[in-house]
Amino acid sequence: MSSENTIPILVEFTGGLEMLFGDERKHKLSIPSKDEQGNAVNIGWLVKYLCDKVMKDSRKEMFVLDGHVRPGILVLINDADWELEGEASYALLPNDNILFVSTLHGG
Amino acid sequence: MAPALCANCKTSRALIIRPKNHQKLCKECFIAVFEAEIHHTIITTSLFSPGDKIAIGASGGKDSTVLASVLKTLNERHNYGLELVLLSIDEGIKGYRDDSLETVKRNAVQYDMPLKIVGYDELYGWTMDQVVEVIGKKGNCTYCGVFRRQALDRGAKMLGIKHVVTGHNADDVAETILMNLLRGDLPRLARSTSIVTGDATSDVRRSKPLKYAYEKEIVLYAHHKKLDYFTTECLYSPEAFRGSARSLIKNLERVRPSAILDVVRSGEDMAKLVPEEVTGISQCKSQKVSLSSADGEDEGAGGCGSANGRSSGGEMAAMEKKLQQDETASSREIDMSNPIASGQNHDRLIKKTGPIKPVRIESSKKLVGQTLGTCKTCGYMSSQEICKACTLLEGLNKNRPKMEIEIDVEEEESSTLRRRMEGVALAAG
Repeated sequence: MSSENTIPILVEFTGGLEMLFGDERKHKLSIPSKDEQGNAVNIGWLVKYLCDKVMKDSRKEMFVLDGHVRPGILVLINDADWELEGEASYALLPNDNILFVSTLHGG
Repeated sequence: MAPALCANCKTSRALIIRPKNHQKLCKECFIAVFEAEIHHTIITTSLFSPGDKIAIGASGGKDSTVLASVLKTLNERHNYGLELVLLSIDEGIKGYRDDSLETVKRNAVQYDMPLKIVGYDELYGWTMDQVVEVIGKKGNCTYCGVFRRQALDRGAKMLGIKHVVTGHNADDVAETILMNLLRGDLPRLARSTSIVTGDATSDVRRSKPLKYAYEKEIVLYAHHKKLDYFTTECLYSPEAFRGSARSLIKNLERVRPSAILDVVRSGEDMAKLVPEEVTGISQCKSQKVSLSSADGEDEGAGGCGSANGRSSGGEMAAMEKKLQQDETASSREIDMSNPIASGQNHDRLIKKTGPIKPVRIESSKKLVGQTLGTCKTCGYMSSQEICKACTLLEGLNKNRPKMEIEIDVEEEESSTLRRRMEGVALAAG
């Protein structure tokens, strides 16, 4: 696969979510630039990808509920709230930094 | 999508959209506004006086870390004249609290504040690890919550401090309001909405300066200020956050972000309608020690997986359990009174009913006016003759020799009862 067909991104998990991803906070990923239908990959696609390919834990519902990021988990795209960026429909760009922060866990 | 500009400075890129009003702010303006609002809360409620010594209930988690950071900032910026101290509780859970206490120790250095750690072992003679050995993994949250509330008071007294602040946020308060509404607990509804409990005559007052701060903004504040905080799940109550009141709040926020503050304000308005003789609000300092229930309570200070008392949602699960238990409560009373009347098995019954006891005590207390006194056993604030912590301790201490006693006695009557109790526990679990 040539580099034109993949894009590098950095995905981070904090606030307790790292527990679902092998206790690794940072994940450097190389993801396809297009989904199965040939559309540019977006956050919605990434979330499913993370669930299917990256998550080490079987408790998917702690990250995704009813096909959406679980309420109480914040998503920051390059430090900006994803609500400012179109949420799940945000099309990923090379070197994007996507941060998932759980507000649900205790201290 | 073109990047939005900050609605405040109109120069930097907006990174935050505020849940309460959809305002788009840049990082610097968000931090300034967040701090200004906490300052506003503190000023309008006359929370502190110059010279006050304040203990910050610190768990190393996001809420208490943000609280410590903001209070330090505001104390210096606005010359509150406060002496701030970090107060941490060590429940004695190996592999859980150790790491978060390390975070608190770092915070003490970062914020240049003295740190006091008080342990359950020194206060009660029991670590939570030991309690779990006796009680089991179910129901031990009751003990932890009751012990923690008194531990904060005792820790404060050791330091000669009369005011403890905790990191309860708007989400916590909204969750507690919903729970108290659902169970029709008017005294607690009233107390849970007030920013400060206790008055000048109290030994220790409690307050929650972050009461109007969204959990989301607390996390974002910690993120953008790069605060050092720790996240963990209590080993004995993993995923306690999946309680349904918590989920409900988060789902409401998703649909309409202002809902959280709306619930808080509505709770405050409803609380005003509760007569004083029901709330006992003028003497409400006692509730932290003894009126707070075993399962979900007004301060939320018993949240599993949080040391300074962030309500975690496990309380809702506990409440559901309690509701189920309430349904069977009357029949259970009858079940148990028979063998008790017969006398012989008294000790065993106490043991068997130990973990469920607080629920029974509480269910008969609804809407009874609450007055403050002191516990006959430990002398700490209590509305009952014996405070909840001492009641639980008594049960625990009786349980210590449990193993030997139980093996040799095997009467039909009590094993039947035990089976019944196990049935109840299963149904409730």
